[in-house]
Amino acid sequence: MSSSVLYDAPGPRARTRNRIIGAVAVIGIAALIWVVVSRLDAHGQFAADMWEPFQYKRTQERLLHGLQDTLTAFGFAAVLSLALGALLAAGRLSDHRPVRWFCAAFVEFFRAMPLVIMIFALYVGIFGDAPLWALVIGLTLYNGSVQAEIFRAGINAVPRGQSEAAYALGLRKTQVMSSVLVPQAFRSMLPAVLSQLVVTLKDTSLGYIITYEELLYVGKLIAGTTSTAEGYPYIPVVLVIAPVYIGLCLALSGLARWIEARGRRSSKGAPPAPAADTGIAPDSGAGTIVVAAAADQ
Amino acid sequence: MNVLFTDDNFTLFRDGFLRTVELTALSGLLALVLGVLLAAFRVSPVPPLRIFGTVWVNVLRNTPLVLLFFAVVFGLPKIGVDLGYFTFAVLALGCYTASFVCETVRSGINTVPLGQAEAARSLGMTFAQTLRLVVLPQATRTVVSPTGSILIALTKNSAIAGAFNNAELYGVMKTWNELGYKIFAIFFWIALGYLVITFAISALFRFLENRLAVAR
Amino acid sequence: MRTRRTAAAALAVLALTAVAACGKDGSPGGDSSGPGTSYEVKKNVSITGSPTFDAAKKRGKLIIGAKADQPNLGFEDVASGTRSGFDIEIAKMVAADLGFSDKQVEFKTIPSTNRETAIAGGEVDYYVGTYTINDDRKKQISFAGPYFVAGQDLLVSKDNTAITGPEAVKGKQVCSATGSTSIKRIADQYGAKTTAFDTYSQCVDKLLDGSVDAVTTDDAILKGYAAKYPDKLKVVGKPFSQEPYGIGLNKDDKALRDAINNAIEAHEKNGDWKKAYDATLGKSGANATPPQLVRY
Repeated sequence: MSSSVLYDAPGPRARTRNRIIGAVAVIGIAALIWVVVSRLDAHGQFAADMWEPFQYKRTQERLLHGLQDTLTAFGFAAVLSLALGALLAAGRLSDHRPVRWFCAAFVEFFRAMPLVIMIFALYVGIFGDAPLWALVIGLTLYNGSVQAEIFRAGINAVPRGQSEAAYALGLRKTQVMSSVLVPQAFRSMLPAVLSQLVVTLKDTSLGYIITYEELLYVGKLIAGTTSTAEGYPYIPVVLVIAPVYIGLCLALSGLARWIEARGRRSSKGAPPAPAADTGIAPDSGAGTIVVAAAADQ
Repeated sequence: MNVLFTDDNFTLFRDGFLRTVELTALSGLLALVLGVLLAAFRVSPVPPLRIFGTVWVNVLRNTPLVLLFFAVVFGLPKIGVDLGYFTFAVLALGCYTASFVCETVRSGINTVPLGQAEAARSLGMTFAQTLRLVVLPQATRTVVSPTGSILIALTKNSAIAGAFNNAELYGVMKTWNELGYKIFAIFFWIALGYLVITFAISALFRFLENRLAVAR
Repeated sequence: MRTRRTAAAALAVLALTAVAACGKDGSPGGDSSGPGTSYEVKKNVSITGSPTFDAAKKRGKLIIGAKADQPNLGFEDVASGTRSGFDIEIAKMVAADLGFSDKQVEFKTIPSTNRETAIAGGEVDYYVGTYTINDDRKKQISFAGPYFVAGQDLLVSKDNTAITGPEAVKGKQVCSATGSTSIKRIADQYGAKTTAFDTYSQCVDKLLDGSVDAVTTDDAILKGYAAKYPDKLKVVGKPFSQEPYGIGLNKDDKALRDAINNAIEAHEKNGDWKKAYDATLGKSGANATPPQLVRY
């Protein structure tokens, strides 16, 4: 349903009303922004010395280094969590009850564990000398569990008739999986998988808690070591770093939308019907839902 | 394992646990209200509101929560808003989670059959009436399950508040670690605390789902 | 959809180029506290029975844990990449006596909460950073020194006449670092309400904008901050604890501990200690003498 279905094409009075509401909203938001900016300015948050550190080459290199470390952790965590997710999903769809139960318990446990707690425990308990691995393994356990659920939902969303037909042809379970179910499920679960990768990327920022020198850690260091007349430049640092994260995440979700759109264009015939409770629907509006539905931030 | 039963550790744990519950409940409430409002903005006939909703969702959903915490905890006092760290945490968590709620609600609206809104319009209902009386109540059913996942994620995200002067479960974990207890014993209890909360939320939402499914 | 994608890409590129373009060398304000001297590096040092030292020798460099955000004590200037401060000088003196030159020393920033972990886990060879010697910590690691004795004090805004000492903080908001001995003491013994962050800069920022009434920790650290804001902040000046600073190292490495103690003793005697102090903490106007070493 496109949003315009929710209201009639506005007539003259409705148009006027909408314009008034719009104008009030614009003025309100603009006023709010103005208040925030001017108060920040009054507190010297835009003073030159607050922003000065960013002009230096070493600072910029440090920030780039931080970005690089962020991407490194993300790269490892992305690959490992996808692998773990595939393994766990296969386990949950297994015919052997103990395997199924073990994987279900694993997934449920790590999905319920806050990442901060996991990372902190791994760092203090095991990886005291390698914060990167504490971060990557923490991210992998958690995101892998979530990815497993996405894979499982995707496989379950393929119409039953498909696997029944495949079994009737005499294919074995592995063959049914690999040549019938997975290829069909792949397209429908791709957006959800990529959205979860966005979550993975964002969560690398928690590495600062265990002194992994990623982007946020570097930002915090810059803020903490620059004493200016108005205090420490936490706000300028946020203003510099946030757009980088937002840009990276938008690029990733842009990629998700692009792949999705491409998949739809090239698909002949009807896409697999969505299962109601998985939150995975093939139409574009719903592509975004999956972010919220399947993915735990 | 007997970390919990030495000194006044039990009190500490209980307070931390309750603080986590409190944080989750309050910010969850804020997220639900704000999220539905944002979703209404995003489908409304007023372009500025639509843009506002879109920008909000895209910015907050793509910003790491820790960064948002920094902005709130160190930014708001600079513009003259000093509300205490608990309120700051509720604000940061609520605003962040609202963007996820918004997207869920919006997609829930998409699952309501077209005819419903058309019928509502042909009865002469306004946008607000259509949304409030016809579309949203029907969207609830599909929205319940994903909302449960969002609230579970919120519970887990609330741990970040512990790094910003909130004595919740993560704060308890840090304190115990500083006191030199074995990390595995600490992890056991803290994990248990979170499992209790998240399982309670899943149970609640499974119940809601069943109720609504029957009501159809 | 296309425009949104392009916008996202543009944003990312913009952010990157903004960071990568046009850099200056040097550092803002030219902040450097420290005599900038290098100490005479001993040659052919060997310490029998020290696994930490052997490992450092093998990798060709010493990894020292330090603080990064304490002006005049353990400070890292991000813009110039240099470390400075009293703790850094002590660390360098010891390194020189162990046979490692400035170039063979790598500093690693470790926050208070992670110190024991970092030392016990071998992430650093030793740690010099406002590290109070106490029995609790001795269960996990060991200490050389003390090389300095600080005392817990209060940092308040310059016009604050209400807080004159620890007795006056009851019910007031006092900020300190998570897990520090200071925050426990001010809460348990003096009844202050506490705010905890993981760095002191965050506390000082909160003090400057008035959200907390005082920052408490060792006077050495506070003086470093007071010197940064002479018009706005002051240290109360009534220390109410004894904080002997030690160099933290592996619990079982007695050989290295003895070697570090010898190094400290030597540099205290030859005047390097005093020189380092005068160039850093001494700028706050207070004098100090080296404390008695405690060997065990």
